[in-house]
Amino acid sequence: MEPEAKELDLSSVVEKAVQEHGAERDAIIPILRDINQAFGYLPISALPEIRRRIQIPEEGVFLADSHLYSAASFYQMFSLRPLGRHIIRFCESAPCHVMGGRQVFQTLQEQVGLKPGETSEDQKWSLLTTSCLGVCGVGPVFLVDDDLYGGVSPERIPEILARYE
Amino acid sequence: MKVIRSMVLVSVDEASLQLGAQEVFRTFLDEIEAFGLSNQIAVTTIRDVGMHSDLPLVIVYPDAAVYGPVKVEDVHAIVEEHLYKGNIVPSLLAMMSELGPDVSWMRRRRGAMPVQKRVVLERAGIVDPESIEDYIVYDGFQALGKALTQMTPSQVIAEVDKSGLQGRGGAGFPTGRKWSFVASTPGFPKYVICNADESEPGTFKDRLILEGDPFSIIEAMTIAGYAINAQEGYIYIRGEYPLAYRRIENAILQAEQHGLLGDHIFGTDFSFHIHPHAGAGAYICGEETALIESLEGKRGMPRARPPYPTTFGLFGQPTVVNNVETLANIGPILRNGPVWYRELGSPKSTGTKVYTILGNVNFTGLIEVPMGITLREVIDIYGKGMKNDKKLKLVQTGGSSGTIAPASLQDTPMDFDSFRNAGVSLGSGALLVCDEDTCVVDLAKVILRFFRNECCGKCTPCRIGTLRLYEIVSQISEGHASLADLELMSKISEAMSEVSNCGLGQTASTALLDILKYFRAEIEAHIVDHICQAGVCPISMPSPEPDLVP
Repeated sequence: MEPEAKELDLSSVVEKAVQEHGAERDAIIPILRDINQAFGYLPISALPEIRRRIQIPEEGVFLADSHLYSAASFYQMFSLRPLGRHIIRFCESAPCHVMGGRQVFQTLQEQVGLKPGETSEDQKWSLLTTSCLGVCGVGPVFLVDDDLYGGVSPERIPEILARYE
Repeated sequence: MKVIRSMVLVSVDEASLQLGAQEVFRTFLDEIEAFGLSNQIAVTTIRDVGMHSDLPLVIVYPDAAVYGPVKVEDVHAIVEEHLYKGNIVPSLLAMMSELGPDVSWMRRRRGAMPVQKRVVLERAGIVDPESIEDYIVYDGFQALGKALTQMTPSQVIAEVDKSGLQGRGGAGFPTGRKWSFVASTPGFPKYVICNADESEPGTFKDRLILEGDPFSIIEAMTIAGYAINAQEGYIYIRGEYPLAYRRIENAILQAEQHGLLGDHIFGTDFSFHIHPHAGAGAYICGEETALIESLEGKRGMPRARPPYPTTFGLFGQPTVVNNVETLANIGPILRNGPVWYRELGSPKSTGTKVYTILGNVNFTGLIEVPMGITLREVIDIYGKGMKNDKKLKLVQTGGSSGTIAPASLQDTPMDFDSFRNAGVSLGSGALLVCDEDTCVVDLAKVILRFFRNECCGKCTPCRIGTLRLYEIVSQISEGHASLADLELMSKISEAMSEVSNCGLGQTASTALLDILKYFRAEIEAHIVDHICQAGVCPISMPSPEPDLVP
């Protein structure tokens, strides 16, 4: 099921990303990023679209869809399945944990009613964990979409979640 | 004519932004306009100044008054009282005692010495990171100009070599030697890569350099390119640092417009191009060969070494890979000379080091100090002591792959050699301070979960070892382990550190082994008596819940 992929024209999104980043190997990850950004996930049908546009200079070296799949399935910022409208990424690294992250994450899971890796039935939330976001000075930290919340206490969570439709 | 009599700086690091810095900035513009002061007062943004309790900060020059935390409603008072009437508003000032050392030195009286020695971060917090003019005013591009017009590539390498600069990414390899390897390797093209995939938990020094002084990295990469005869450079910025990416993108554009990057730099025959590249979320890509694989559009899995990147790097070509902080030292070294640089720090570990202080201290943030300072000094002076006056239990140095230093080691000087002798690693410079309420089993579990998640899966000892270690520690925390499991963990750890392909597997169990060494009694209490003193492990909970972590 890829409802959003139909609304946005996949091939034109890919084309735009290739225009932006170039058609060489070093553009593959940036192109995947752009597509993931545009659709909220990486539709698998994007891979052949990318493959057709990438040029490999060496003779005898070729790019297959499986190479792209191998890259797409490796990185944490890519999702190969649709996620909720809002994605919560909670930092589960040691500094945030030591600074009170354990209690915050517990509360967060209770409030959205999800375990890590799950998406809510109404497609509103996806709860994911992430490694260090590099803002440890204000831990514990989590992201909702692109918004960063630092120095979070369990009490602040309802107010933060209420900001999202 | 426009005469700027006062300058307002609003902090716009990620933390300040989420606390409303953008609105504060806009309100300043509006209020200054409303008071008719637009011709006299400039408002600009600065990066994080290494301090985190009173954000967003607003600094007003020339008085160097530091206000914080500034809310939108405070702006009117600051503009009216301070900028219009000329009176500092004491009630809105950030508390002196609340300020980190990085900020309080701004308020220092004339003649007083700054607390820290800033080399790498000399401009951060003072210049507008989005303005090349600011950078040039503060000695920017002098080093590049000197290198291109007065020095040969081998002279540049010799200067860096003489400075004794060691890589700041964790391994501490001499930078000058790395450059000379690549310079002497036949083959063209060659590449310069800046490793800005800073993912070690607790480390954000590189982010602050990229956000606060992006031009210094552009300049240093260009110098490296000149030294090794490369024309292309890549800067691999981790995907979680969007602001750093935008600042670097902007810095590249401005440098190109000013003829300081691109074709015929400074009117010479030397041409150099830099491509910014964003990662997509993988700790392992901080390993240089994994980073290169990722740049080539593949899974970020480390290569077998040798051959090293110096001979077989990006696209199979000789490549220099340098960490952000390492590169940030290049400009100052070329400007001031290697002798000046060697006088900073200790004889064997020259220069300064940027640390991040985290955890249960009163102030968390970033400092740059000469090599050789002790942990006690860092905690007392820069961390402003332990939070809630708790006792220090341990410090994890160098991020999750780093070692555990128990409180008894807090008077050991922190430089590469002394720490190595004490069995402690300096690593990435992260100092995670943990107080007496920390449970070592819980800490080990978090660290091992991290490595289990981040292991790339390429080699067996790491793939299976990280999983097994995490499982055993989880069992200890749940009260389902035996003392024999401790021996098993030691054996697995030993195997992993000996036969894993890359640094991730080799160091994943470092912290665990240290915990076993220094805190064995506490672990045994979990296993034998089912007691978790800190009360955080599942065995101490009234109704044990299954572990929620996937």
